[in-house]
Amino acid sequence: MATIVQRPKLSLLERSYFPAILGGLWITIKHFFKMLFGQTKVTMQYPEQKWDSAMPEWYRGAPTLVKDEHDRERCVACQLCEFICPPRAITIKPGELPGDNRWSKVEKYPEKFDIDMIRCIYCGLCEEVCPEQAIFLRKDYSITGLTRAEMVHDKEKLYELGGVMHGLVHKWNEKK
Amino acid sequence: MPSLDLFLQPEIFLVWTAALKTLVILGVVLTMVAYSVWAERKVSAFIQDRIGPNRVGWAGLIQPVADGVKLLLKENFVPGGVNKFFFSIAPSLAMIPAILVLAVLPFGSSLFGVPMVIANLDIGVLWVFAVSSLGVYGIVLAGWASNSKYPFLGGIRSSSQMISYELSLGLSVVPVFMITGTLNLGEIVQYQVDNGWMVFPAWFRSGGGLLEFTTDNGSMFGLDLGQTLLWIPMMVSFVIFMIAMFAETNRVPFDLPEAEQELVGGYHTEYSSMRFALFFLGEYAAMIAGAGVIVTLFLGGWSMPFVPDGSQGWFWGLVNIGTFFAKVAAIIFFFLWVRWTLPRFRFDQLMKLGWYVFFEVALVNIFLTAGILAYLQS
Repeated sequence: MATIVQRPKLSLLERSYFPAILGGLWITIKHFFKMLFGQTKVTMQYPEQKWDSAMPEWYRGAPTLVKDEHDRERCVACQLCEFICPPRAITIKPGELPGDNRWSKVEKYPEKFDIDMIRCIYCGLCEEVCPEQAIFLRKDYSITGLTRAEMVHDKEKLYELGGVMHGLVHKWNEKK
Repeated sequence: MPSLDLFLQPEIFLVWTAALKTLVILGVVLTMVAYSVWAERKVSAFIQDRIGPNRVGWAGLIQPVADGVKLLLKENFVPGGVNKFFFSIAPSLAMIPAILVLAVLPFGSSLFGVPMVIANLDIGVLWVFAVSSLGVYGIVLAGWASNSKYPFLGGIRSSSQMISYELSLGLSVVPVFMITGTLNLGEIVQYQVDNGWMVFPAWFRSGGGLLEFTTDNGSMFGLDLGQTLLWIPMMVSFVIFMIAMFAETNRVPFDLPEAEQELVGGYHTEYSSMRFALFFLGEYAAMIAGAGVIVTLFLGGWSMPFVPDGSQGWFWGLVNIGTFFAKVAAIIFFFLWVRWTLPRFRFDQLMKLGWYVFFEVALVNIFLTAGILAYLQS
């Protein structure tokens, strides 16, 4: 069934376009003068002003590695994040702790831990999958670099961004 | 060593003053072109509640320089398959007619006794129409020489649009010549100095008025019957001329030749670097020239009520020049304001408006003016 939509009957004045044109001009000039006299304030001057303080706790910024309160790295190089990462941004080279090491029960540690920030899509799956609560998405969102190499965050950079995180997992403690 | 007298001989005086005026006007207008691009960006930003360019210089005032440097340094790319000769000359053909129009515009009364118009032609208005219609060649050649479908469509649209609106543009100003009795732009301005602007014919002179007011210094301010009656066709002329000028300069709501949503960039799709910039600047130069013609024909040119002309001293001469450019700037602001308000016409609507409405109204307006003039003379 075809539906017939009745066209609105326009008066001669309306068909001359003039009321609509003048109405439009009035709206735009109001916006113009409000902006000119600084009554409209919607733009944030980005590099000088930032939203950082208003950012929610659950914000997913750059993925980072964290240390625990005793300055020990939490990552055990299980590589779960490497496998789950959808764009394959994470590269881990696991290393074994020697047997005489006091913490040898932990077995592994990441010798190299690289996240390619050109690939990262900030999905947060690495954080979700991590059994050791070692990788977190923090609030850094402005990740820039002049070369591709610069955009790959290595272990040192990841710890620098991550800092210390208090958590439930205490794998380094003797009595566990 | 030529003495000063040589420079004051009539012919040589004419040559060097004309050259000086040409250089100064070219400088002023090209600066205005650059800054109308800045103004366009600023006005559009303000209308849309944005801020616009504000990083390069205070309030982004050095932005035109930055844009120019950027465009100069870009690669001047010529796509394969274009007609190289026409592809190269098209940008200049778009720019030059717009600048040539400036030659006959009286941009001031006189300064040290020198009339402030580069060429005081008796066929001034014909020159304006003849030269400004050449602007379409730049666009058509660009569209055709690019050997690409979108520029081609843009060129075709432009030619049919400009030809359609040229007609109402020409017809709508005929009443002005019927009233003033001259085609010389300087004399048209002088008529408006004596009898009031075409769109606001109240002026100070005494006697015979319907309404009269006496100002402090004793001069009369009033309207007489003839001026009031002629005001009606003049307003019709003004509105049609203004709208046709929008179509002539390819401004929104008649910017179909470059309609970026439909035609990528229209006739300048294939252009880059300084050739593209020439199209861009040519469009704004045409806008300034068009605004100058509107001001001269309808808004009293350099005149302002109660302001004497340049024969009263060089200061007033400068004030007159400033008045002219202030009026041009006001018209340009109106152009920008309309651009960021109205949507684009469909092509059939554009043609209908030109041929069914403006053409007829302009024609009827001529007869209306003739009737009023005949009534006033009897």
